[in-house]
Amino acid sequence: MPSLPAMIIARLTLQETVRRRLVWAVFLLTILIVALTGFGFSRLNTFTCAGAPCPAAEIRLAAAFFSILVAYMFDSVIAVGSSFVAALAIAADIESGVMLALLPRPIRRSDVVLGKWLGLVALIASYAIFAYSLQFAAVWLAVRYLPPQPIAAALYVTAQGVVLMTLALLLSTRLTAITVGIVAVVLFGVAWIAGIAQALGVAFENTVLTNVGTIISLLLPTDALWRNAIFNLEPIAAIAAAGGARFLAANPFFVAMPPPTAYVYWAIGWTVAVLGLGVYSFQRRDL
Amino acid sequence: MASDGTAAHESAPNAVFSKGPAPIADAQPPAIEARDLTKHYGKVAALAGLTMKVPRGEVFGFLGPNGAGKTTAVKLFVGLARPASGQAWVLGAPVGDRRVRQKIGYLPELFRYQSWLSAEEVLSLHCELAGVPRQRRRGEMDRVLTSVGLADRAKDRVGTFSKGMQQRLGLGVALLGEPEVVFLDEPTSALDPIGRHEVREIIRDLRARDTTVFLNSHLLGEVELVCDRAAVVDHGRVIAIGTIPELLGASNSVRVRVTGLDPRGAAALQRFGSLTHQGDWLAIIGIADESVPDLVAEIVRLGGRVHAVEHQTLEDRFLQLVQRE
Repeated sequence: MPSLPAMIIARLTLQETVRRRLVWAVFLLTILIVALTGFGFSRLNTFTCAGAPCPAAEIRLAAAFFSILVAYMFDSVIAVGSSFVAALAIAADIESGVMLALLPRPIRRSDVVLGKWLGLVALIASYAIFAYSLQFAAVWLAVRYLPPQPIAAALYVTAQGVVLMTLALLLSTRLTAITVGIVAVVLFGVAWIAGIAQALGVAFENTVLTNVGTIISLLLPTDALWRNAIFNLEPIAAIAAAGGARFLAANPFFVAMPPPTAYVYWAIGWTVAVLGLGVYSFQRRDL
Repeated sequence: MASDGTAAHESAPNAVFSKGPAPIADAQPPAIEARDLTKHYGKVAALAGLTMKVPRGEVFGFLGPNGAGKTTAVKLFVGLARPASGQAWVLGAPVGDRRVRQKIGYLPELFRYQSWLSAEEVLSLHCELAGVPRQRRRGEMDRVLTSVGLADRAKDRVGTFSKGMQQRLGLGVALLGEPEVVFLDEPTSALDPIGRHEVREIIRDLRARDTTVFLNSHLLGEVELVCDRAAVVDHGRVIAIGTIPELLGASNSVRVRVTGLDPRGAAALQRFGSLTHQGDWLAIIGIADESVPDLVAEIVRLGGRVHAVEHQTLEDRFLQLVQRE
């Protein structure tokens, strides 16, 4: 159970995102995006197949694939946003001098790191649930399609954001805010590509690709979480339609099987370890 | 009597954040004590054996040229940085101790508060973090807002404050919870003369309440006005420490603004003390107080015209000490 100062810092972290209008800007943009994509989904009903309106099943299948694409867009927003907000959380407060006034107070440095982490987890989870709820509600209204497990998908996307945010928080105890943000986003991209390489390696039985992909996925376990999110968004019909085509392994928006559960446990352990490292690093830092 | 602050202490073990109690024989340990503190930033030695003691209830000035290690020392005392070696205590506990940090106030030199909070919210946050009981917070906040002259700006966002107002707020934050030791790092650097006067009054109030004030300042005139004692640091160690009269009395001197005195006449004044020239100003170091009228009479007799006579200030003494180093 975090101590009271950690909760004060968590509250302060959330308050900052509201006061700086970050929350309002992102939430309003999200509403705008959902309105636009919702309109796009509604146009699926006008598609024709061989001169006649397409069957409802085909429209739902198309909606399923487009839903994953839009979900990926929000996933990227969450990943990049988490990286930059976490980068600012500690590094910017050190650079500006806010920490100089805060840390001589009778609080532990671990309270500061844990408080920032908790505040950002709450922010990421709120946004992921808000964006996905709104998006899938729009898709339902447009074409009467709902992914199989939208809540589970939102939770996996939240977890991915938390993993990346935790890494950025660790880096922000030592590096400047701008450097942390860029490094975290680049690593996110590398992990995504590594996930594709790993899937290809497995599909085509290429040991080198599989090993490189696996090692990178273990070093930054974001892609396995995203693949779990995709699996929870895919209707069974879509998986069946793919028919086990091996080339689909290169498609980052499709998974025939979710990654092993061990990856999820690994991601949890990884997050705890990196958070602990962040606390240790900040405790050792001279200001 | 001014003394070398490092001479009287034995060497300390290579300890960082000692867990043991301060080995002080007195019933009540001093407010601040440092023994052989060292700190390096890369190859630069910020502190090179800082040794000093500040008794409780004292307003203590901490002087030194840029890069002398003043801010580094303050950061070590408030737990923002760790020494490479040596030991330090605040209120008898090793520096960094959380219970002691509840009893200290700190105004950093280069700081900023959350620009998106109001002055009142900043104070409320620090009340919470400092553990000020909920029922006392409103009263504490009102007291310090009035004390630093921000009562009418309490609801305004910090982002709209001038640098001077931010410094006032910083001072207010440092005063929250009636701390036993207050560290002020250049508290008046952004203030106008009225603000400086008010800060001096605040420091005097603190002294009246037996609060120890550790004042790190470049403004030597202010130190002279409010401090009971002061230390001069250079190259990371104390080169002189004592009461203000002790620091000044170690080498009494006067400065005289003279025109019309030829070099041979000036040389004749050496019997009053050693001479240094700076434009029209002539400094006579080591002169006895009772000889000053004789000095003026001699200058006039030699054909010089005396425009001003000033006794040595802390600034003169500071320059002597630092230049000697």
